[in-house]
Amino acid sequence: MSEVVISVRELTKCFGDFTAVDRISFDVERGEIFGFLGANGAGKTTAMRMLCGLSFPTSGSGTVAGYDIMHQGEEIKRHIGYMSQRFSLYNDLTVWENIDLFAGIYGLSKSETKQRATELLERLNFASERNTLVGSLPLGWKQKLSFAIATIHRPKVVFLDEPTGGVDPMTRRQFWELIYEAADRGTTIFVTTHYMDEAEYCTRVSIMVDGQVRALDTPARLKQQFAAETMDEVFRTLARGAKRGE
Amino acid sequence: MRGNFLSFVKKESLHILRDRRTMLVVMLIPVVLMILFGFAISTEVNNVNVAVVAPERTDGVRDAVERLAVNDYFTFKGYIESDEIDEYLRSGKATAVVVFATDYDRRATQAAAGIPTKPIIQVVVDASNVNTAGSATAYLQNILLGTASQQSMFETRMLFNPQMKSAYNFVPGIMGLIFILVCAMMTSVSIVREKEVGTMEVLLVSPVRPFKIIFAKMIPYFVISCIVLVTILLLARYLLGVPMSGGVGGIFSLSLLYLVLSLALGLLVSTIASTQVAALLVSAMVMMMPILMLSGMLFPIENLPKFFEVVSNIVPARWYIDAIRKMMIQGLPIVAVWKNCVILLGMTVVLLGVSLKKFNDRLE
Repeated sequence: MSEVVISVRELTKCFGDFTAVDRISFDVERGEIFGFLGANGAGKTTAMRMLCGLSFPTSGSGTVAGYDIMHQGEEIKRHIGYMSQRFSLYNDLTVWENIDLFAGIYGLSKSETKQRATELLERLNFASERNTLVGSLPLGWKQKLSFAIATIHRPKVVFLDEPTGGVDPMTRRQFWELIYEAADRGTTIFVTTHYMDEAEYCTRVSIMVDGQVRALDTPARLKQQFAAETMDEVFRTLARGAKRGE
Repeated sequence: MRGNFLSFVKKESLHILRDRRTMLVVMLIPVVLMILFGFAISTEVNNVNVAVVAPERTDGVRDAVERLAVNDYFTFKGYIESDEIDEYLRSGKATAVVVFATDYDRRATQAAAGIPTKPIIQVVVDASNVNTAGSATAYLQNILLGTASQQSMFETRMLFNPQMKSAYNFVPGIMGLIFILVCAMMTSVSIVREKEVGTMEVLLVSPVRPFKIIFAKMIPYFVISCIVLVTILLLARYLLGVPMSGGVGGIFSLSLLYLVLSLALGLLVSTIASTQVAALLVSAMVMMMPILMLSGMLFPIENLPKFFEVVSNIVPARWYIDAIRKMMIQGLPIVAVWKNCVILLGMTVVLLGVSLKKFNDRLE
């Protein structure tokens, strides 16, 4: 039994004459790690913004976590988590204050916050760092904390916008372990990345070119389909046909 | 359920408290400015060095020099010869030299009796500093005219600020400047910082409404500004002795309105600027310069060229400073400056409206 968490039909976004996202359709099931790939300017960010309730589609329809993206943007925001490529915690606040802030933003009660924060710190082995300023943590730790905080309200879906940009391979691996754990707990992960090795870790991958989804399948089948050794080759084969520049 | 608004206010306060240096600067700037303008920088002229050339040291001359010497504004540097004038002024030993005519006593009596006579006192001033030269000459004339026992046809009375203390003049100006600095500059920088660092993105994806983010940001700065306001008023009253006879309530209320206006201005800047540096520059260029130049803080608005005089109408500080000056120094009640209040209120409403609209537009 699989439950569809993100469902999009013919989703389109135009800015004037320019069609940034051109009739994309796909479904993402619960617990999937959905890789959302595309060169810069392919329309990834625009598509993701629509899914997060940040911008309205020009046409088409879709639901995220069971809410309509046309009319229930505020509800969607309440039920998703988001982590951006740029580090998104406050460096001048302590680990605990950051957790407390975001728990407060998502309306967790004081006791809930306390319980979940303790749990979270233990899981990350961070208990001793609760009063450390986030700014003084190593980047890898920050990223992990950032992810843990993005899921503190137990969202159905987490959107990760290039979460491992500028991070060393070792830390990236550790980060992906966290993602797997979250997916095992039933959280759906929607992730964009530029690293093709990371694409291999995904349950399914979609590749956007010129605002359209040109390929969507498991990494294994995509490689088969394009007769490629790696996801990198698949990506380059598709991206070569791109008409839009960077 | 906890209000997420309060979480935000707490967060913003923490940001400010953690940034001790900035906070210290904000709290100290008003104090430093008040002391600077109140004591060090003043347009009053004190201790002007004056030398005297007097071919005959008659009673009349002695009397005049005596008056000069005891006056606080001048320091008497002694009698010199007429060929030394140039050297004294050049070397800076004297800023002004008073030259008495020969036959001074007789001609002074003549003048006093209303008989036309040639000038009997010449004042040679080092005018390389125009302000000092102007004031010094004016003072000298006042003092020396008396000794010539000339009945002046004018009687001047300085109302509201009889001692012509420049501190009185500067306090309202500093207030007009400092609140823009604290509210507008700091809020805009803090909003833009979140955009630059990327945290704003995360906040926008959260269920918090954008206007709540903004208002939560404004609250701690508003509180700081209120503390600054109280500091300034206390310093002005007890350190500089500014009368404030128009009622502190009125001054306070109008200042609160001006604070809100400054916050709205800061928000507007933050929607235009995308980097902290840009926000600082815009604040400095678009707000500080007009306040310094066009608000009547330093230069009287009546002295401005027509064009700038018209432009000055849209500088909020102009109306604020004018009203505060009237209330603080002239002692007028707030109802007497209702026009300024209405204009400032109108500006606040417009600025808040425009900036909130722009802020929301940018999110799409």
